[in-house]
Amino acid sequence: MATLEIHDLHVSVEAEGGPREILRGVDLTVKQGETHAIMGPNGSGKSTLAYSLAGHPKYTITGGTVTLDGENVLEMSVDERARAGVFLAMQYPVEVPGVSVSNFLRTSATAIRGEAPKLRTWVKEVKEAMERLQIDPSFAERNVNEGFSGGEKKRHEILQLELLKPAIAILDETDSGLDVDALRVVSEGVNRVRESGQVGTLLITHYTRILRYIKPDHVHVFAAGRIAESGGPELANKLEEEGYEAYVKGGAST
Amino acid sequence: MAETIPAGSTTDGVIQVGQPTDARVSAPASYDVADFPVPHGREEDWRFTPLERLRGLHDGTAVADGGVRVEVSAPEGVTVETVGRDDARLGKAGKPVDRVAAQAYSSFEKASVVSVPKEMVLTEPVRISVHGEGGTAFGHQLIELGAFAEAVVVIDHTGDATLAANVEYVIGDGAKLTVVSVQDWDDTAVHAGQHTALVGRDASFKSVVVTFGGDLVRLHPRVVYGAPGGEAELYGLYFTDNGQHQEHRLFIDHDTPHCRSNVAYKGALQGKDAHAVWIGDVLIRAEAEGTDTYELNRNLVLTDGARVDSVPNLEIETGEIVGAGHASATGRFEDEQLFYLMARGIPADEARRLVVRGFFAELVQQIGIPELEERLIDKIEAELEASVG
Repeated sequence: MATLEIHDLHVSVEAEGGPREILRGVDLTVKQGETHAIMGPNGSGKSTLAYSLAGHPKYTITGGTVTLDGENVLEMSVDERARAGVFLAMQYPVEVPGVSVSNFLRTSATAIRGEAPKLRTWVKEVKEAMERLQIDPSFAERNVNEGFSGGEKKRHEILQLELLKPAIAILDETDSGLDVDALRVVSEGVNRVRESGQVGTLLITHYTRILRYIKPDHVHVFAAGRIAESGGPELANKLEEEGYEAYVKGGAST
Repeated sequence: MAETIPAGSTTDGVIQVGQPTDARVSAPASYDVADFPVPHGREEDWRFTPLERLRGLHDGTAVADGGVRVEVSAPEGVTVETVGRDDARLGKAGKPVDRVAAQAYSSFEKASVVSVPKEMVLTEPVRISVHGEGGTAFGHQLIELGAFAEAVVVIDHTGDATLAANVEYVIGDGAKLTVVSVQDWDDTAVHAGQHTALVGRDASFKSVVVTFGGDLVRLHPRVVYGAPGGEAELYGLYFTDNGQHQEHRLFIDHDTPHCRSNVAYKGALQGKDAHAVWIGDVLIRAEAEGTDTYELNRNLVLTDGARVDSVPNLEIETGEIVGAGHASATGRFEDEQLFYLMARGIPADEARRLVVRGFFAELVQQIGIPELEERLIDKIEAELEASVG
């Protein structure tokens, strides 16, 4: 059973006037089959956690460890992490002109699975996954994320999640910018993957709205670069009513 | 890469009206090299070119030594001749426009003439191989198609050479000519010259210029129309590596009513001091009513240290036209794109290949010669391998 273990993770970015520490000792364990919601105010470091786990070069790890089934994730290149089973659904998916969605998906699936998927079953697999996410078939021939609306980009991210079947899925504010209908479609996609029991999910969000569709097992409040409080789903209800105010103040002083 | 390309600089040209003809060249066109001053490098038409790498082609010091082999193979019915300087058919498509082209015209000793008789439709291409064996040469080739003839001509440049050579295409009424000129030189070669097409009434000319090799390549693809109804499509593809200078200077002279032209050149660059230059001049003269023209240049910069100069220029002397437009954009393969693809398990070199293949795919499809398309894709892959690794 895949387990992602984050221990005392410290991360900095280059800023004017030298490196600025954003993550200040994150501890978190995500097991296959579990769903962890990470909630926090803007600027608390949620997205930094997501991108650091995926290996974005902008972030420098200054301390701590991240392992996936005991393997040192921090030593892996970005593509190695993905092949090891870490998937990041991005808040702002990148446009890649000149590369069609179908070509991209197939190249990616080939890399992740270690062999090219059989063409006939693959076409069917993609077609069905697109139908479930209500993605128009014409998207297969469009360039990756180019000219996609915000909702289309997010559905495209979840399409990849469904096809690549990672061990650990990090969803970085997948709910932001979605209307209720799109949120439901996207959440159903995430739930289909969760129901397999094969994925550990790290759901990063600012709002509690998505938690009505995707029920977390654990809720963590992120503030000032670390987890300020952990609990069950009831913690989300508390945040819904009280907001982040207590953590913003409290976080700054610790 | 469809109509868009990664964010980056855009160099939209200017629309100028009432400029003197061919304002970009520093001297009037002429067959005689003596009519051109030796360029010093600050002239408008020379300012991007490293003259010191032309090995004397521009200043009269280059001396022919015969070290370039030209072989022509053509299907039955096509006449292939080697003729002297005095052959009356030569020089009809147009005069040389710069000193190097004029030097070639003043210095060549023998010219190859390929003639496709009227109404003959070739099913196999004419192949011209220009192979350098380390020598210096001045060359001249003429391809002529009689009325309603159809032909594909592939000119392959390989090996190492210092070559100044002009190619003329004279396309009869209603004829269709596709020419592919591949500059697949060794990285030491220097190649400069002019490709001039004279397009007959209702004739079609399709030019595909592919530049991969060479230390310095500088070509002038040019089109003039002999009569109304002509159509020209000019496609170009270049892959400029470390230290290479590849320059394509196009000119389409719409001097005749109801003609069309469409230009699409795309280039990828990678490595230190890779330098690509694209000049796209289109002139629509007062008498060229009903003209329809569009030109496009796209560049994809894959690494730091490469440089692109892209200058589209449209001069319009009549408002009675169907359409005229141009676009130029230079984009970078960005770190964020690389990250996105890698985050889906795709290794960095594979990601770069994916993007470059996509960038060129549409253009390669427009060429319409499957055998060549395959070869170009293979060559693009090889270029990527060579310089990524």
